[in-house]
Amino acid sequence: MPAEAGGRPDRVQAPFGRRLCEVIESRAAGGYRIFTLADQTGPPPAPGQFFMLAASPDWSGEGGRPYLPRAISHARVSEHVKGGLRLDFLIDEVGPGTSRLARMKPGDGCWVAGPFGGRFSLPKQLNSKAAGAILVGGGIGIAPMAVLRRELVDRGIPSRTLLGFRDQQHSGGIDELFGCEETRLAYEDGSSGHKGYVTDLLLQLLEGDDSGSAAVYSCGPPAMLEAVRQICLERGLPVELALESPMACGYGACFGCAVPKAEGGYMRLCIDGPVVRGDEIASAMAGEPAVG
Amino acid sequence: MAEPSSIDLATEICGIGLDGPVLNGSGTFDALAARKVFGDALIEDFPFDCYVSKTITMNPRPGNPPYRLWETPSGMINSIGLPGPGLEGFLARDLDGLAEFGVPLIVSVMADQVEDFEVLVARVAARDEVAGIELNVSCPNVHSGLIVGEQPSETEALMKALRPITEKPLVVKLTPNVANPHEVAVAAEAGGADAVSMINTVKAAAIDPTVNRAWLGAGAGGLSGPAVRPIALAQVRAVAEAVTIPVIGMGGITDSESALEFILAGARVVAVGTENFRDPRAGNAVKDGLPAALRRRGFASLAEAQSATLG
Repeated sequence: MPAEAGGRPDRVQAPFGRRLCEVIESRAAGGYRIFTLADQTGPPPAPGQFFMLAASPDWSGEGGRPYLPRAISHARVSEHVKGGLRLDFLIDEVGPGTSRLARMKPGDGCWVAGPFGGRFSLPKQLNSKAAGAILVGGGIGIAPMAVLRRELVDRGIPSRTLLGFRDQQHSGGIDELFGCEETRLAYEDGSSGHKGYVTDLLLQLLEGDDSGSAAVYSCGPPAMLEAVRQICLERGLPVELALESPMACGYGACFGCAVPKAEGGYMRLCIDGPVVRGDEIASAMAGEPAVG
Repeated sequence: MAEPSSIDLATEICGIGLDGPVLNGSGTFDALAARKVFGDALIEDFPFDCYVSKTITMNPRPGNPPYRLWETPSGMINSIGLPGPGLEGFLARDLDGLAEFGVPLIVSVMADQVEDFEVLVARVAARDEVAGIELNVSCPNVHSGLIVGEQPSETEALMKALRPITEKPLVVKLTPNVANPHEVAVAAEAGGADAVSMINTVKAAAIDPTVNRAWLGAGAGGLSGPAVRPIALAQVRAVAEAVTIPVIGMGGITDSESALEFILAGARVVAVGTENFRDPRAGNAVKDGLPAALRRRGFASLAEAQSATLG
């Protein structure tokens, strides 16, 4: 791992405990929602990090779920006019936890712990010959890509962004998170951009590229991540993937978020990830969450 | 009339002096990982009055294949499989760090044969940093095929083999997956145990929501969280009435009120487990709320609650 490379820590340290933040906005974004929290005390998170979130009060709904907080990466961080931070989250309602988060209204509370996990490396840390970055996002996985993209822009590091979606309904957040920026799009249903997968765009880009000068970053559905990982491994291209896994705590306590390592054994995705190098893991498919 | 803040929470378990009655359940708070995540703030405000390590085995273990977790109504099922560095790795790399938190340390150990248990207890007990040892007996004995903690005779035999090895407190972690936990507890006491801790997780399974198969990689696991609290309270009460050694009570404790319920059921001290996952400061919250919770029930001290009998 490129931790500490260049003398820069690989993660922003979380305040000890959880803090109650106010929901200040919640809005539809295609088939998804974006909600915004006012975080008065937490530090600015780095690209790739995530938070454990739980609505408060009444987190547990009928049937006693959700019970555990949900691990969600921020989609944007900015300064709040009242001090502290605005943290935007892109949410897809796939289960009781994400649905409860999506139903939060302005003025509601949300328990926040984090930021947890490690950050994306910078292109030069991932690949000393890198002239820039290629970002490959899919579905709600565009959220951490948007954060990384913004940091690269701020640092003057060139990047190209490839985004893939099933259909228009599943491209929520793209306008808000990437509105003014140059992106190349793929839709599986052909409703816009390239008809097919975002990995088609990646292959096209790599054909015309000096492959040795790229550093690739990706977040999205496990099958997409695994395809990106294979494409990069075959070409000897350094790649970092932001993975997901069922996770109870986010800070190394539960040992639930096991992801098989390439060398055998398991990593804890919350503290050893969620950003992993493509050659560190056995597969990006192993930790696919289905708990929502 | 005592002020809430004047209620003294200091207590002891098996002669180990504690600033308060709040422990962690083994395997529910990796203090070394948490220190990396939260920094020295964890040391300054450590959530527990006594720290119980995750279970140490003779050899390093990778743990179970994913998936390892399933969320249930008011709880969760885990099937983690005791990943860890093994005895040598623990002694060489982890123990020093665990001693820096400034609270007594109980080390949990497990083996599948008595010979290995003897080595684990001897090596761990020999370290000055270690105040006591918890015996995780939820593993089958390779010779008998029986899960030690489900059999009073196996539990007593194991205790009798381990008792001469150390004078440090030996705590037996009881499983709830038996008809009569108090029989195992009585056997543990007869074999020389200094305390029992309970409950371990309740055997549980989950079905994949999309495919017709078991969800957990290991097929089944253990249920924890508030879902098991009523079971734990009943078992703690039954065991506390049957033995003279102290009980470390746990099972779905989320706050000072539920912690006090365990004290009233007969536990000397309590442990916070799954709630740590929801709130890294769950232990602090339980302890901070205890003086007020004691006062609400009319107790002037923790000792009064510890010696109270239920009507």
